[in-house]
Amino acid sequence: MSKPEKFFDDEGLRLDGRRVDEIRPMKIEVGVLSRADGSCYLEWGNNKVLAGVFGPRELHPRRMQRPDTAIVRYRYSMAAFSVEDRIRPGPNRRATEISKVSREAFEPVVLTHLYPGAVIDVFAEVLQADAGTRTAAINAATIALADAGIPMKGLVSACAVGKVDGKLVLDLGKDEDNYGDADLPVAMTQDGDVTLIQMDGNLTQDEFKEAMELVKVGCKQILEIQREALKDKFSQFDNEEIEEETVVEAPESEVEVEETIEAEVVMTEEAESEIGDEVEEDDENDDEPDEYTGDEPDENTDDEDVEEGETNE
Amino acid sequence: MSEVLSNLKKDYVYNLMLKGQREDGRAFDEMRDITVETNVIDKAEGSAKVQYGNTQVLVGVKLQLGTPFPDSPDVGVIITSIELNPIASPSFESGPPRENAIEMARVTDRGIRESGAIDLKKLCITEGEKVWMLFIDVHVLNDEGNILDAASIGAIAALMTTTIPAEREGLGENFPMPIREMPVGISLVDIGGELMVDPGRNEEAVCNTKISITSNQDGSICAMQKSGEGALSEEQVLKAVTLACEKAAKVRENHLLKI
Repeated sequence: MSKPEKFFDDEGLRLDGRRVDEIRPMKIEVGVLSRADGSCYLEWGNNKVLAGVFGPRELHPRRMQRPDTAIVRYRYSMAAFSVEDRIRPGPNRRATEISKVSREAFEPVVLTHLYPGAVIDVFAEVLQADAGTRTAAINAATIALADAGIPMKGLVSACAVGKVDGKLVLDLGKDEDNYGDADLPVAMTQDGDVTLIQMDGNLTQDEFKEAMELVKVGCKQILEIQREALKDKFSQFDNEEIEEETVVEAPESEVEVEETIEAEVVMTEEAESEIGDEVEEDDENDDEPDEYTGDEPDENTDDEDVEEGETNE
Repeated sequence: MSEVLSNLKKDYVYNLMLKGQREDGRAFDEMRDITVETNVIDKAEGSAKVQYGNTQVLVGVKLQLGTPFPDSPDVGVIITSIELNPIASPSFESGPPRENAIEMARVTDRGIRESGAIDLKKLCITEGEKVWMLFIDVHVLNDEGNILDAASIGAIAALMTTTIPAEREGLGENFPMPIREMPVGISLVDIGGELMVDPGRNEEAVCNTKISITSNQDGSICAMQKSGEGALSEEQVLKAVTLACEKAAKVRENHLLKI
């Protein structure tokens, strides 16, 4: 693989035929793992990412428990075969950093105070990497969290924006990532707050402002795709009056918490049921689908993320 | 115990902020006093000791011969590490670097690498076989907050004074590190929607969101990182960028251009 001679054709289209403000096609499947409390398989261009959520569950070792809140753990990990040259499995410095900033991308939105002493584990496995795996993983993780019924202020969407040949482009492809001039992965809440931002390369301050505008567009598009995926999964609950039994069949519900007192109460009960010893599944669970239908995300700005693959460092 | 203290501190720092004040009397956009001393370690090929207020870091640069990475056969290799030495804070423990140290090292590395501060092609000896490997080691000696910015300026200052020991390896005459750019990192923390530059230790402990921006001489940005469990509005991000570039220019002028 070497640097392409030009990044744009005569019509201004990119190497893979996209416009500068176009993201790669994204496909989302919700609830693909039976043992996880929530899960999501996501394809974005040639990226293939799997996210699984476990919890809220009791945190061990106990000394790590926080009396007033749950903690979130996030593990980003690349499969050894996910890139051209095999990478040694297990945590490396790059994965450690990405895990940290990705966790911090979710901490502002997950209502951790509802589950004191608990842990919410998010595992993101990159099965195939093709630029933008950290953002792909975040996009999958947010769906998996929703699928697990973890109360959140809203969905998080992530996308990267970058610069190639002096032009800003949304959602960098592999060559654009490897040979481009700048890479700016961003994660945003649906309210447009930035929960992850990293950058490397070179951007002027004006370019940076423009890049932020562009990345908002990308995140918004991704938010729509995410919402559609969740709606597809849970639309079965929309029209039928929910019976307890039905609900038990579908333990995962996506709870976009509206921050009404009512919602809070429901959440708390749910928390108790999930963490506590005696679980009254029926009662608690039938609340969830009701809640879930109200996913009222406004809009989420786009962020694009760029992946640096197996870069040495 | 530490939790309780931290909440008290948070109250204190937060209440000061509401009055537009900081613990040590600085304005929100005021940096602490900075000193940069270079060539402090003779055994290193380049070195710098940096103080940000009472925060002290020592940066040493060493060079060794090595093989290049297969995907970049014609350039030298940069390896940056940060050691949070237990001597620097009661909360640092010895052992392999944890998440925080790794993140800081990588952000420091990105500033140097992405700015193109070093002409890495000049560190190649035989393409695909032999290149100079450049080790930037940041030793934190005293943590009173904002280690990252101190490391950033320490790294570039140390590099600017680095001599490549070609003679030692029988490769001709020694030559100075090929420096092309002077990146400076500036960190800001969010407190109740306001931004404070160069956070001290307590400010860092109570503010849960930090953004670090590294910029070049022409005011362009070469690296950025948000860390911490909070979120920032877009407006804050843009404001942080402007402020960081402004401060970086001053720091560069006062401390790097003299070297």
